[in-house]
Amino acid sequence: MKIIVLVKQVPDTEEERKLDLGSGVLDRGASERIIDEVNERALEVALLYKDSNKGTEVVALSMGPESVIQSLRKALSMGADSAMHVRDNALAGSDVSRTAAVLAAALRNTRFDLVVAGNESTDGRGGVVPAMIAEHLGLPHLTYLNSTEISDTGVSGVRAGEDGTLSVHAALPAVISVTERVAEARFPNFKGIMTAKKKLLEVISLSQLGFDPALARMSSSVVVSTSERPARTAGKTIVDEGTAGVELAEYLAAGHLI
Amino acid sequence: MSNILVLIELSNTGETRNTAPELLAVARRLGTPVAVVATSPVGSAGLAAKLGSYGAAQVYLVESAGVGTLLVAPQLEALAAAVEALDPAAVLVANSVEGRDVAARLSVRTGAGLIIDAVDLRSEGGRVLATHSVFGGAYTVESTVVGVLPIVTVRQGAIQDRAEAVTPSVTETSVSVQAANAAVIDAVIPAVASGRPALRGAATVVSGGRGLGSKADFILVEQLADVLGAAVGASRAAVDAGFVPQSSQVGQTGTTVSPQLYVALGISGAIQHRAGMQTAKTIVAINKDADAPIFDVADFGVVGDVFTVVPQLIEAIQALRQ
Repeated sequence: MKIIVLVKQVPDTEEERKLDLGSGVLDRGASERIIDEVNERALEVALLYKDSNKGTEVVALSMGPESVIQSLRKALSMGADSAMHVRDNALAGSDVSRTAAVLAAALRNTRFDLVVAGNESTDGRGGVVPAMIAEHLGLPHLTYLNSTEISDTGVSGVRAGEDGTLSVHAALPAVISVTERVAEARFPNFKGIMTAKKKLLEVISLSQLGFDPALARMSSSVVVSTSERPARTAGKTIVDEGTAGVELAEYLAAGHLI
Repeated sequence: MSNILVLIELSNTGETRNTAPELLAVARRLGTPVAVVATSPVGSAGLAAKLGSYGAAQVYLVESAGVGTLLVAPQLEALAAAVEALDPAAVLVANSVEGRDVAARLSVRTGAGLIIDAVDLRSEGGRVLATHSVFGGAYTVESTVVGVLPIVTVRQGAIQDRAEAVTPSVTETSVSVQAANAAVIDAVIPAVASGRPALRGAATVVSGGRGLGSKADFILVEQLADVLGAAVGASRAAVDAGFVPQSSQVGQTGTTVSPQLYVALGISGAIQHRAGMQTAKTIVAINKDADAPIFDVADFGVVGDVFTVVPQLIEAIQALRQ
C-alpha cells in the first residue's frame, strides 16, 4: 500500500493573517507559516494504517515556495517515508484550478493506492482541490470524512453533511479528504526528527511534470479588488457588582434585541 | 437573457434544501434562473411547482438511477448535461459539502473557472463579479472569472432577497452514471433536529465555551438561547471537551455566523473563534477573566461569573417583556 498525503503550508491561525491589498493574494511574510493542522490529521490517518500494516509507504506531497520544505520536514519527522515538493516560480499565485491540475500531474507521475487530504485549508477554505484531483485522475472521491477505515482494497468512512452524515465506501485507488474530527495528530519524537534529515525530499519542477510553465493553464479566476474591514473596536465593559444581568438586559432592550 | 444554472440539492428525504430560494434569487439578478435537479426514477411530484415558487423560470429534471446510492456522481452528471444543453452564462451551487464536490469535478471536466464561497454576486459588463468575505470578514475581496464559464459556490445563508414566484417550463431528461469512479452511499444517518433555529443564518446566537465547565452546566447556554429564540453555538474548546456536538462549533473550522446579536458565554475569544463571529452586528460577552480577548470585540462586556449573571439576565429579560 502506498498512501500519498497532501500537505499545505498556511499562515498560523493563532496570528493576524493578511492579504496583499494590491494583488489580493496571501501576504506570506505577514505571519508564521505552518503545516495546516488538518493535514497533520490526514497524515495521522495514513500513519495509523502504516503502524499496523508493515510495508506501507507514506509520502507527503506539497506545492508551494521554498518555505514549504519546513512543513514537509515536519511531515517526515512525524513518520512519512519521503516527500515530494512541486516548486516553480511560475506557480506563484495559483488558483485552485491550477493547483489541482499540477498536483494531479505529480500524482500521475508516481504509483499510489490512496490520496489523503484535509477537507479544506484554514486560509483559502475552498475545500475543492481533493475532488478536482479525483476528476483529473478519473478516480472516486470520498471527501469531508469524520472517520475513515482503510483496507487492502478499499476505503470507507462517515462523511459530514448538511442534514446528517453518510456512511460511504469506494474501491482503491481513491482520493479522500478528512475533517478535524479524525485522529488527533502525533507529535514528532526525537528519533523521528533525527531520521527526517536523512529521508528523501524530492523537488519537482513544472517541466519535470510535462508542463510548459508558459503554457500551463493560467489561473482563470482573477481578484478584482481587495479591501480591509476596519478593525472592530471594543465597546463598554462593566465588572459585575451584583446587577450586571439587569444592566445587560436593559442594554439589549435599548437596542431592540430582546 | 442568458441562462444561469442553479444546482438544487435535495435532502435525505427528497425535499429541496433551504439553499434553493437564495440561489434562485441571486440567479434571477444575473439572468434566467434554471433549476437543475437530479431525481430518482421514483419521481419528483410537486418539485417543479415548488422551484417555480422560488423563481425558477425553467426546471430541468434529470432522472438518474444513482440518486441516493452513488455519492455526488448523479448531481454532477445532471449538471454537466444541463451545461451541455443550455449554454449557460454561469453555474451556481451552494457552498455545501455536496455543492463544492459537484463544482470541483464539473470545473475540471468542462474547463470552467471556479469562484468559491461568494457572499454576493452581481453582473457587470457581461462579467459575473463575486464578493468574498475573507479571514472571518477581515477582508472583502471581489473576484471574477476570465474567458471561461464561471462556476460559483455561494455561501449558505448569505443571500437575503428572494425572487418572485413564476410558472416554470419543465424539461425532463435522464443520464446514465458511471459507477466505476464514484463512491457508494451505504447508509444515511439523519441529523437530530433540535427544535432551535439552525446556527447558520440565525438572527441571534448564544454560544458557550470552556468557561461553562461541564456538559451538564452547558444547559445554561441553552436556557438563554431559548429565552432569546436563538441558535446554540460553541467554541472549539467546548466541542473538544464534549459539551456539545461539533455541528455547534463557531469559528475558523466550524460555522461562520453573522447574526444581529451574538452572545458569548465563558468564551475567551481566541482568534480562531473570532474569525467565525466578528461580523455579528452586536456582540455581547460574559467572562470572568477581564483580560479575555473577546472583550476587544464586544459591544457590551460583563466581567463576571456566567452562573450568576446569566440567570439574572434571563429573569430581567422576562420581567422587561411583561
